[in-house]
Amino acid sequence: MELNLMVAGFGGQGVMMIGKLLSQAVCDSTDYNVTFFPSYGAQQRGGTANCYVVIADGDVGSPKPALVDQLIVMNDVSMVRYRNNVRSSGIIFTNSSLVQSSAERGDVTVVPIPVTEMALELGSLKVLNIIMLGVYIGFSGLIDEDLVLDCILRLLGKKPEFIELNRKAFSLGLEAGRKAKEKV
Amino acid sequence: MSKKLFLKGGEAIAEAAVRAGCRFYAGYPITPQNEIPEYMARRQPQVGGVFVQGESEIASVNMVYGAGASGTRSMTSSSSVGISLKSEGISYCASARVPMVYVNMQRGGPGVGTIQASQQDYFQATKASGNGGFRMIVLAPSTVQEAVDMTYQAFDLADRDRNPVLILGDGVIGTIMEPVVLPEMKSDEEVAALKAKHHGWAIVGHSREEKRGFLTPGFWSTDSLEAHCLELEKLYSSWEENDVQVEELYLEDAEVVLVAYGTSARIAKSTMEIMRDEGCRIGMIRPKTVSPFPARSFDRINYDTCRCVLDVEMSIPAQMLYDVRLGVKDRAPVECCLRSGGNLIEREDVVKEIKKILEGGGR
Repeated sequence: MELNLMVAGFGGQGVMMIGKLLSQAVCDSTDYNVTFFPSYGAQQRGGTANCYVVIADGDVGSPKPALVDQLIVMNDVSMVRYRNNVRSSGIIFTNSSLVQSSAERGDVTVVPIPVTEMALELGSLKVLNIIMLGVYIGFSGLIDEDLVLDCILRLLGKKPEFIELNRKAFSLGLEAGRKAKEKV
Repeated sequence: MSKKLFLKGGEAIAEAAVRAGCRFYAGYPITPQNEIPEYMARRQPQVGGVFVQGESEIASVNMVYGAGASGTRSMTSSSSVGISLKSEGISYCASARVPMVYVNMQRGGPGVGTIQASQQDYFQATKASGNGGFRMIVLAPSTVQEAVDMTYQAFDLADRDRNPVLILGDGVIGTIMEPVVLPEMKSDEEVAALKAKHHGWAIVGHSREEKRGFLTPGFWSTDSLEAHCLELEKLYSSWEENDVQVEELYLEDAEVVLVAYGTSARIAKSTMEIMRDEGCRIGMIRPKTVSPFPARSFDRINYDTCRCVLDVEMSIPAQMLYDVRLGVKDRAPVECCLRSGGNLIEREDVVKEIKKILEGGGR
């Protein structure tokens, strides 16, 4: 088994944190090997950011594969740039609040969730990445949601006022992800 | 077993160094190895060690030269273009027999190049890391776990030989996060005992009765330098017998043998596994020490089945290729699969080259 995921969006959207939380949770709670590879270079808020997560039952070969099984895009630029990097029959999760472009291909499943709007409704734009992580876990069922939540609260729980917000954001995402799964 | 942690390569290497007893680190920032000095800045004071951000690479390596001369386990790190600046100091350490460990997280080159991962410094690492023809043991990790284990071991090798040891990584090993189990932390007593072992030669302040320590990278007579070089040569040759580390896979039946180290090797190895599942007989030699190079592994290839040896590296032009050719000794053709500029080798690149060889018919 090997699963490749790429997460892409604006710098400042918490793109790296989605990958980091997911891979940390996999490391902590499963026997799988997992790598997290962040893009690095001259970047700024509003610029693009992306990272790769590879999960495997054996050794992880390439931590930055040319083609991925799943893609999470948080903005339109990333959709246009990376939609052809997804394997046939792969999945693209989009932040439909900002992603207007379509996948322009029929061989992938697109899961559009308006996470920016959902975050604004919750009262903080900052948690849009946690909502998206919830969507991903709810849809894929990749690992136990409680283990991911533990990880979120452990890594982001230094400020008690954000614990409840993160918890809400994650469960909102989970629900949206599960619903989307039922529709497919 | 100790707990599995999820760590960045650079941080994991720095922690492994501290656990091995490294109590002096000096460096200067450069991507993609900044996690090492950043981590050391926080960690060294906690263990009674010293962290210095030097005013330059040259200053930092010379601080390590000084600290190493006192027998303290010392370390520096940089990336490609920064390593070039350190080369004078490394050569001084090699000549004066000062143990030290350093890390090169290679990026694209030549020149300032790019900041992404590459393997463009193979010659520099294995053949001429500074002037004067000195040699070093060069360890090339493929995973963060291996980087940790090799760093821990590097300090023992440096101490044993009183010679620099290089960890040759790249931008992937430096920035990737992977599960890792850290080695045991050496106690303060153990670290002190390691330092005390060097009392005979180290510059630590000796009593009047003792012979004073004296280290020098220079010699006043041609004969004494020649004698020094002969002694160094003996040390370097001993590594070929005792210190080669290599992973050999399926050499007995392979039609194509891949040769790759570091990040290229993990990608090549996973390609090999996928293709073997499909029935292709692919084998592999993965040098874990690129110096001393595992030349004898090439004698274990079955040349009755082997149609080609494929050198896989992230360097254009190819560099390890020449060591591979010396190992193969014309017993099979040698081809290359190369990427450069900071672009990673893709599994698809390797598959394409292998298919070309397999479909190309017999030798």
